[in-house]
Amino acid sequence: MAKIKLKRAQPHVDMTPMVDLFSLLLTFFMLTASFRPQEAKVIDSPSSVSDKATPDKDVISVLVSKDDKVFFNMDNGKDTSAHFRNQLITKINDIYHLSLNEKEIKAFGQGSSFGMPLKNLKAYLSEEDAGKKEAMQVGIPMDTVGTQYPELEIWVAYARELNPTAEVAINGDAEANYKTVKKVMDVMQSKNVNKFNLVTNLQKEEATLDDLK
Amino acid sequence: MAEIIESSGSGKKEGGRRVPKKMGAHIDMTPMVDLMCLLITFFMLTTAFSKPKVMEITMPEKDTQVDEKNAPKVAADRTYSILLTADDKVYWYWHGDVAEGQTFPATINKTDFSKDGLRKILLKKNEKVFTEIFELKEKVKKGELVMIDDSLNAQIKRIKKSDKKAPIILIKADEKTKYKSIVSVVDEMAICNIANYAIVDIAPEEVALIEKAPK
Repeated sequence: MAKIKLKRAQPHVDMTPMVDLFSLLLTFFMLTASFRPQEAKVIDSPSSVSDKATPDKDVISVLVSKDDKVFFNMDNGKDTSAHFRNQLITKINDIYHLSLNEKEIKAFGQGSSFGMPLKNLKAYLSEEDAGKKEAMQVGIPMDTVGTQYPELEIWVAYARELNPTAEVAINGDAEANYKTVKKVMDVMQSKNVNKFNLVTNLQKEEATLDDLK
Repeated sequence: MAEIIESSGSGKKEGGRRVPKKMGAHIDMTPMVDLMCLLITFFMLTTAFSKPKVMEITMPEKDTQVDEKNAPKVAADRTYSILLTADDKVYWYWHGDVAEGQTFPATINKTDFSKDGLRKILLKKNEKVFTEIFELKEKVKKGELVMIDDSLNAQIKRIKKSDKKAPIILIKADEKTKYKSIVSVVDEMAICNIANYAIVDIAPEEVALIEKAPK
């Protein structure tokens, strides 16, 4: 009997449709991408029915984490050439003699939310290691409120001076204590901010007439 | 990396002329696909799909000039206090229940964040405004009334302001309250279309009332 010779052939899978699909997906994601900003702590926002979008420019935001640590953030404004963050740190540096160098000021300008005592700011900005940097984010000391150097007040006051049109957003974790949030609000109110944007997740809910019965 | 794989054996000789064999050039697309996979994964993971929303809240201005005499007066019979404490517990009382000459009631009522709890109480108190706004919204939904969003919102605002008997809610939270509770209550105000509410400081007497209240 004749042996059937199996044809040795390399299987050729036509990858064109797959590549097509991938290109489409890639284009979609690239165009819709709005990057998640790197925050000092992961915040799990409470939910509400409000559907007003977060303003993405001209915001002074205060983060309150689950363990009641407070972080501060400010953006560079609509016109990014204004470099509010650089101006802010230069000012704080001059007034509180933090002796930051050019490089550290630049690092602050490019950073996002932060929270540490003022005296540790230099060490934080010059640190290269990301892990150590994160460990240094211990929150803005809130027990300084009402003392000679109320740190959160200092940040808020100078940030407001630089960008008076900025809105204030409070990004609190659902499990944070109201006490801390209240303290933050009190600091803001002492700086004449009475309107707050509380960051929440949208969760549709509606009451109907049946609920009345 | 990409290579063009040609099958072996070039054109056949035909009548002395070399005729190139017709064939599709096969491009090895594996590296390209690899790269695309990586990029897609990267974009998928870094994209923030649901943009966070914000709830606006305006706090009463801290005015040090206000004393007993010119403090804002509110009608007791339309004012309700909602007291918050740890573990999402909610208590409330009506200022109309407070005995003459007293500032605080003898007891407070317990409720919760469910649909039949706080929501129902608030809706009952705000029935007139809520029904009016609800009917207006229904009409717009059904197409009986054509309105652009802006004018609809203005109309809702007007209805909210028009009722001079609408409840005034004072939200008071003690030291142990979680931030979530405050947001839930303020949210409840939005759901029930209550126009007048404020987050105010809790009085020590009210903290004592919460402690005495049924658990």
